[in-house]
Amino acid sequence: MDLGRWIIGGSLRPCALLSLASVRSVHPDRLKLQCAFPLELQSSRHRDLGPVPTNNLKLPLADLHLLSNFVHNIAKMEILLGITGKDFTLIAASKAAMRGATILKASDDKTRHLNKHTLMAYSGEAGDTVQFAEYIQANAQLYSMRNESDLSPSALANFVRGELATSLRSRKPYNVNLLLGGVDPITHKPSLYWLDYLAALAPLPYAAHGYAQYYCLSILDKHHHPDITLGQGIKLLTLCTDELKRRLPVDFKGMTVKAVTKDGIVDIEFNDDKVVKSA
Amino acid sequence: MSRRYDSRTTIFSPEGRLYQVEYALEAISHAGTAIGILAKDGIVLAAERKVTSKLLEQDTSAEKLYILNDNMICAVAGMTADANILINFARQAAQRYLLTYNEDIPCEQLVRKLCDLKQGYTQHGGLRPFGVSFIYAGWDPQRQFQLYLSNPSGNYGGWKATSAGANNASAQSLLKQDYKEDCSLKEACGVAVKVLSKTMDSTKLSSEKIEFATVGQTKDGKIYHRLWSADEITALLKEHDLAKDENTEDK
Repeated sequence: MDLGRWIIGGSLRPCALLSLASVRSVHPDRLKLQCAFPLELQSSRHRDLGPVPTNNLKLPLADLHLLSNFVHNIAKMEILLGITGKDFTLIAASKAAMRGATILKASDDKTRHLNKHTLMAYSGEAGDTVQFAEYIQANAQLYSMRNESDLSPSALANFVRGELATSLRSRKPYNVNLLLGGVDPITHKPSLYWLDYLAALAPLPYAAHGYAQYYCLSILDKHHHPDITLGQGIKLLTLCTDELKRRLPVDFKGMTVKAVTKDGIVDIEFNDDKVVKSA
Repeated sequence: MSRRYDSRTTIFSPEGRLYQVEYALEAISHAGTAIGILAKDGIVLAAERKVTSKLLEQDTSAEKLYILNDNMICAVAGMTADANILINFARQAAQRYLLTYNEDIPCEQLVRKLCDLKQGYTQHGGLRPFGVSFIYAGWDPQRQFQLYLSNPSGNYGGWKATSAGANNASAQSLLKQDYKEDCSLKEACGVAVKVLSKTMDSTKLSSEKIEFATVGQTKDGKIYHRLWSADEITALLKEHDLAKDENTEDK
């Protein structure tokens, strides 16, 4: 992550720095934060506050909701994009695996194949994501094995929604956001489903998760058309990733891009090396 | 000899037979006939209602044909009380699937669910098997219109035309003779009443004695199933000249 530019740019409030700190322990009435790395940086906009004490910071419980926002901010940096067209559904996910301010891996694949013509991309709390995605994948494959037919993308989306809704009402809910794309095995109609960790489900022509929504939905609103070809879809995706490179404060290390067509799921070659200058 | 092996469903006889299951099949062959015919644009189910007594209140609702869910119906041959348990189970299973997947359950899956339950009673529990055969008629997007027959052993199969209950052997051979590939639903209804009239004791039929139901597709592609009213059955019987004569009825 380009931490230097992010902070020196001065667009951060001191509290946002906390989002970079990893939470080590939570006391019942006080929230104790320990920074994963020593920070002696100052936000230019909040100079009056002085240097931000980051090594052992205590917050009243009232600020807990703020913290939960910070934790989400990291997940929001992960990019999930989905675009449907005439006979395909495109799914793209950022390649960076992040933990706090660190990029652990630059070739992460945040997708799982559920069956021959359904693909799921995930973002959210590390650990939860893969655990949940593989649980869904295993169930989809068990269904295919038992019934000698695959679940349709719509059936799978509703199944996932049910599982998320059950989890949400448990003691430790899964914190996972998903995009589910597919092509119906019988009608060959492409479809895309947007699901968040609150188990909201929406079938959409194009969709995004996290901060990518703020930058990409307007582009997709303007340029998307239900009859676009796969080539046009990839072009549209490039427009989105260019904008993300231009505006997002982190380097998301490029995108894993996959397309679902009636013939199955195919990996799409996507140029990650293109450099886009910030505005 | 067989006494030793037919008291429990779970025990094979030395010849490798399960007598209780065979007795259940025998019980069904005394029940009223039920037939099902698959047409290219729908399915017809027809069943004989045995009138046991003149004094018995004639139930206006169907007692041999049941709706399982939005795209499936079934005909029952055998013990109605046992059938009620299974039908309740099937309806619940179908709704459970709809709840999880927001799609109707594929026909074969529902049939298999029911057959798994039936099979269980041939193997463990020391209870008697369900004394019912079902003829299922349904539609799903993958395999379109489908007709299945299941029996107490838990076996099932897909058919173009099939029968269960009394005289089912003769009904089956009549169906084999009269069945035409790619027949329309209307033609299939004709075949159904003809076969029923020959397998039933009285040659002249009436709407009190038979039940009729169809699964079909409307012009805009929606699947419907319908249990026929007495008037519709009478009209169909008249059309095929099988209705009971008004004069003979008066006597």
